[in-house]
Amino acid sequence: MKAKGWKDLAIGGRIEEAGCAEEFETGSWRTFRPVRDEEKCIHCLRCWIFCPDSAVLVEDGKVTGVDLDHCKGCGICEKVCPPKVHAIDMVKETDLDKEE
Amino acid sequence: MKSIAAKKVIALTGNDAVAEAMRQVNPDVVPAYPITPQTELMHKFADYVSDGDVKTELVLVESEHSAMSAAVGASAAGSRVMTATSANGLALMWEIVYIAASSRCPLVMTVVNRALSGPINIHCDHSDSMGARDSGWIQLHSENGQEAYDNVLQAVRIAEDTDVLTPVMVCLDGFIISHTIEPLEVIPDKTVQEFIGEFRPVHNLLDSDKPFTFGPLDFHDYYFEHKVQQIKAMEKAPNVIESVGIEYGKLTGRKYGHVETYKTEDAERIMIALGSTCGTVKATVNELREKGEKVGLLKIRSFRPFPVKEVREALAGAKAVAVLDRSASFGAQGGPVMMEVRSALYGETAPPIKGYIYGLGGRDINPDHIKQAFDEVKDMASSGKSSDETGFLGVRE
Repeated sequence: MKAKGWKDLAIGGRIEEAGCAEEFETGSWRTFRPVRDEEKCIHCLRCWIFCPDSAVLVEDGKVTGVDLDHCKGCGICEKVCPPKVHAIDMVKETDLDKEE
Repeated sequence: MKSIAAKKVIALTGNDAVAEAMRQVNPDVVPAYPITPQTELMHKFADYVSDGDVKTELVLVESEHSAMSAAVGASAAGSRVMTATSANGLALMWEIVYIAASSRCPLVMTVVNRALSGPINIHCDHSDSMGARDSGWIQLHSENGQEAYDNVLQAVRIAEDTDVLTPVMVCLDGFIISHTIEPLEVIPDKTVQEFIGEFRPVHNLLDSDKPFTFGPLDFHDYYFEHKVQQIKAMEKAPNVIESVGIEYGKLTGRKYGHVETYKTEDAERIMIALGSTCGTVKATVNELREKGEKVGLLKIRSFRPFPVKEVREALAGAKAVAVLDRSASFGAQGGPVMMEVRSALYGETAPPIKGYIYGLGGRDINPDHIKQAFDEVKDMASSGKSSDETGFLGVRE
């Protein structure tokens, strides 16, 4: 997203569109990334309910992935994933970079 | 524009004159907290509210910080909002004074100038509003009750202009104007309403069809742009102040600009002042003129935005200039007015200039002090050299 200059920006710090936080990518803040094991996941949607950034992606009642543009890596999804299931692990981004 | 409105002359104190202007404006919301010498202004306005003369929602808050906060909130909700304060009240508003300006709330606030503590004092000087000169508000000064009344009505139009959308402080000298009864001309209520027009907020939080976020966090990535917008709006204000002043002149016979020049055209020595002192200077100018001394007064009405062009024009032919400040700027190169004037003249063919501080904490200024200053700058006019030393008028050594 290209940031507007003073000539185009709404005055007084006002934000005129609703839901524009989506345009602001916060994924770069992340130190740990949630990595989900598709085989272990029972699609209970606890991670979807608790995610403070609405970054857990769901289609037809099933978790399909994580919106990495907005996931800040807080780890709440890992904590709320039922212990017996343990489908989510928080992995250091730098370790993932090495794998990649 | 119609011919000059029917005039009615009544006797009012400066505070009552502002309350009368506010009654005629009939603002949607007035959050207020009493402080000397502004108190009678809001007493009077509260009477109008109680008597049903206005439809205003008067919000009686627990402090000035809350008064300004409520003003910002009501303005964001699409209301026409006015308030008034003095000295320590303005100081307690401080945080929200800046927020009102940066949120582009077109408020009109009367500041009945009083010395800012300490030592504690209730009388007039300009240390309160001068401290707020960088808060982003437009500041208009009044010489008397008539001007205070006229400035309040014009301030509504200036603040709400869509090119400006910046709050306006109308300054009047505490006690000297606020508590002095003068005969002044008021225009009919209907004429006032036609002049100010219906308030059409650019943004309105209660408009559910156009939701927006007000007052969000604004970091390094946007804050700077919003501040430049404020600077640019202030640059557009002079044209609006001028056109509103001309329109008001056609309506009332009292035309307003950024400055008023009094016998400056052929003046060799010009004094610059703000507020009620200008009346004393005018009388002294008349007295000295009778003795053949070519002296004049440049009265500054809009201190923010500062009228650089008008000041340069008025001083173009002067041989010496004396600048009066009713507040100190400690450790600075003179008082706030002095610094503005000297800065305006930089790079110009400038006459020698000397700054004076006077009237702190309500100390009287009389024609002898003004003559003293005019006398002292006479030497500068012949030597052509400025004085870096700030003079003090009416202080004991």
